[in-house]
Amino acid sequence: METYKLTVNGQPKEVTVDPGTPLLWVLREDLKMTGTKYGCGIAACGACTVHVAGVATRSCVVPVSLIGDRPIVTIEGIGQDPVGRAVQDAWVSEDVVQCGYCQSGQIMSVVALLKRTPKPTDTNIEQSMGGNICRCGTYVRIREAIKAASQQLK
Amino acid sequence: MTAATNSANDLLLSRRSFLRVSATAAGGLIVSLYLDLPLAAQEASQAKPKVYPPDAFVHIKPDGKIVIQVNRLEFGQGVHTALPMILADELDADWSQVVSELAPAADVFKDPLYGIQMVGGSGSIAHSFQQYRELGAKTRAMLVAAAAEQWNVPSNQCRTEASVVRGPGGRSAKYANLAVAAAHMPVPETVPLKKAAEFRLVGKKIRRLDSRPKCDGSLKFGLDLDLPRMKVALVAHPPIFGASPRSVDDTAARSIPGVADIFEIPTVSKGTAVAVVADKFWTAKQARDRLRIDWDLSGVERADSSQLREKYKALAGTPGNVAVARGDEKALDGIAATNRIVAEYEFPYLAHSPMEPLNTTVRFDGNRAEVWAGSQFQTVDQMAIAEVLGLKPDQITFHTEMAGGGFGRRATPDSHVQREAAAIAKRLTGTPVKLVWTREDDVQGGYYRPMHVHRVEIGIGADGMPVAWHHVIVGQSIVAGTPFASFIIKNGVDETAVEGTADTHYDIPNFHVSAHHPTVNVPVLWWRSVGHTHNAFVMETLIDELATRAKMDPIAYRRKLLKPDAKKLRAALDLMEEKSAVWRTKLPKGHAVGFSCHESFGTGVACAVDVSIENERPKIHRVTVAVDPGLAVNPLTIESQFQAGVCFGISQLMAKGAITLKDGYVEQSNFDAYTPPYIIDAPAAVDVHIVPSTEKPSGCGEPPVPVISPAVVNALSQLTGKRYRTLPLVTV
Repeated sequence: METYKLTVNGQPKEVTVDPGTPLLWVLREDLKMTGTKYGCGIAACGACTVHVAGVATRSCVVPVSLIGDRPIVTIEGIGQDPVGRAVQDAWVSEDVVQCGYCQSGQIMSVVALLKRTPKPTDTNIEQSMGGNICRCGTYVRIREAIKAASQQLK
Repeated sequence: MTAATNSANDLLLSRRSFLRVSATAAGGLIVSLYLDLPLAAQEASQAKPKVYPPDAFVHIKPDGKIVIQVNRLEFGQGVHTALPMILADELDADWSQVVSELAPAADVFKDPLYGIQMVGGSGSIAHSFQQYRELGAKTRAMLVAAAAEQWNVPSNQCRTEASVVRGPGGRSAKYANLAVAAAHMPVPETVPLKKAAEFRLVGKKIRRLDSRPKCDGSLKFGLDLDLPRMKVALVAHPPIFGASPRSVDDTAARSIPGVADIFEIPTVSKGTAVAVVADKFWTAKQARDRLRIDWDLSGVERADSSQLREKYKALAGTPGNVAVARGDEKALDGIAATNRIVAEYEFPYLAHSPMEPLNTTVRFDGNRAEVWAGSQFQTVDQMAIAEVLGLKPDQITFHTEMAGGGFGRRATPDSHVQREAAAIAKRLTGTPVKLVWTREDDVQGGYYRPMHVHRVEIGIGADGMPVAWHHVIVGQSIVAGTPFASFIIKNGVDETAVEGTADTHYDIPNFHVSAHHPTVNVPVLWWRSVGHTHNAFVMETLIDELATRAKMDPIAYRRKLLKPDAKKLRAALDLMEEKSAVWRTKLPKGHAVGFSCHESFGTGVACAVDVSIENERPKIHRVTVAVDPGLAVNPLTIESQFQAGVCFGISQLMAKGAITLKDGYVEQSNFDAYTPPYIIDAPAAVDVHIVPSTEKPSGCGEPPVPVISPAVVNALSQLTGKRYRTLPLVTV
């Protein structure tokens, strides 16, 4: 067991866990932040996506010991960011969600995309969102909502 | 004295009478609300006036909020919004004040037709539309009666809008202020319902009520549950269904800090599994990985996809149990070989793989238990848990948790996940335990859409239309050995295996369908749209092939062959033809359009797909879908269900879209090898058009799935000249 000081959504946090524990489970079980989802555990579905120092990261395969002092932003905190808020609002106005389980990860991936590329092309979208599975299949509305959010941000 | 006012005094009577009145009108609702309290507490709690009598379903709060109970699981299909819309419309409620809640397991929340509490068969709206209308209308009538009595005016001089009753002389009262008085009004036995033109919510595009909490991480799914002192359990399942450990070495596993217990539990497939209970998921996962289990694999059947394929093909060459025998069985004999199509189709096992892995939390307290589960089958699961714990079902408080998808996977007749959870909780009496299935457990854990082989022989008449059709379907029965068998298996035919073929809407004069249901050591289950997943593929690709041979327009051919009374399919075909004309008449080079139409769960669907080939895969540029679901309760949800449901449907076409077994072992374990569609695989655009209708609503959860795969391969056939009869689509 090791103790780690983390910055999550701007707040200092301290956890004492096994160094190999993936960030996902530290967030979900030690910090009780369950908005970040477990889907596959092998970085194949993107449900666990968070931002580590601004980079969209699959938290299910990143041991907490590798985070260091890089700040973490999760779905619970992304609404404080103007881009994050615009994406969440677009998701609601476009009625994107169905079961909703993957959408935390979808939104985190989109926010990372729009921060880098405010006016994404279809190819940009397919590349950035290419690792996020929505089993309900809401991809058509995801595309529409990304474009709506992008419009809001101009 | 009006009916609305005459019995106010009668209702200020004993609590027992009160119970009786309420129960008559809304079906035992009080009992359901106080299920987890002893009888004495139930009696005591009713000494004060109820806030509102039909309060199993509706609770009008003093602050104006109207809480509506949804009698089914929400797992994406949208009933958490649509059912409250139906009730709130008849109630004339202020929609902005409506709060939707998933109801716990209780008799009052059982499906009005099926008699158990469940989601399945796309029946949520179809079965509860009338029920929720009546609940809303009765509640409204009682509020009006209360206002009329207070104002001493006839209730027919009162009207309602946006949670307010308005009476003569400018009188008005908010529902919130009438709720207590209304609670003492008699529940009317019958109420007039609105005409379609009077709907204010039904038929409108209403956004989902659960969007925001699903977008900010605040919504709690079953897997997100956290209770004081809760433990997490993982289970090491036998690598082959039904096996048991010869020995278990758990020394290394137990040495991990946080591991609480490791013990064997029975599996429903008559084997034995090993449960690991720890403080957290990751601890339990580490411990499970360190178990050294010597599995005894003797005596368990080792299913093997290759061997099953050969066996099924052989069976398909012989007639099975008769599902349909229409016309002359010998009609084929007189048709020359050159005027026949002989086609053999193969379909693999498919896993549902809902994004939220399976889970259930149970706390057993000796003489009671509390359960939290995202269940499609609350009644069945509650009974199973009761059986494992040695309790009666009414000693189990069963909370329905929001679920991250399901597609049939959370509707298991044997409740195998809940039985595991109960067996573990029983050992840890007093401690809540959350059982979690990892993704690997899910992909390898069975309960698949069954593998199938179809063999079809068609005789074609001089006009290019099918004269004779012999169809043999081979695949495991989903319901054999379950309580559903008695009403789903008829004449040895599991209706869920032949649906979409046996009941085809095409008018084929000499039509013979039969089925074989071999027994295989692989648990199988209904996968969104069930038998239609394979039957629609077979029917719609063959009809397309027939149209091509006849050199006829594929839409015109379908229209010619459809029975005159196939009204929904005809309406859907017409609308699809009209709406897709703008793009399909000017396709870019290298693109082709594919069509299909199929009716399932009472809903007619037709689609046109624009497909090209990129990187040796079908690239789906555009889909136009037309749907006739009867009255469209929430057109926005229907649009969304169809846009996304066609994407779910193309799971069948994914290159890695199969579960296969070799020598008893499932060969895939996660999304790297069993791969659902990603955004790149999905249609870039799907436009959905709804046939205007005032017919009673039919389901929309499953009907999007069957149409898409045949339409896509019908387009591919035009591009390549090949026919596609084996899924998944490994090569184009």
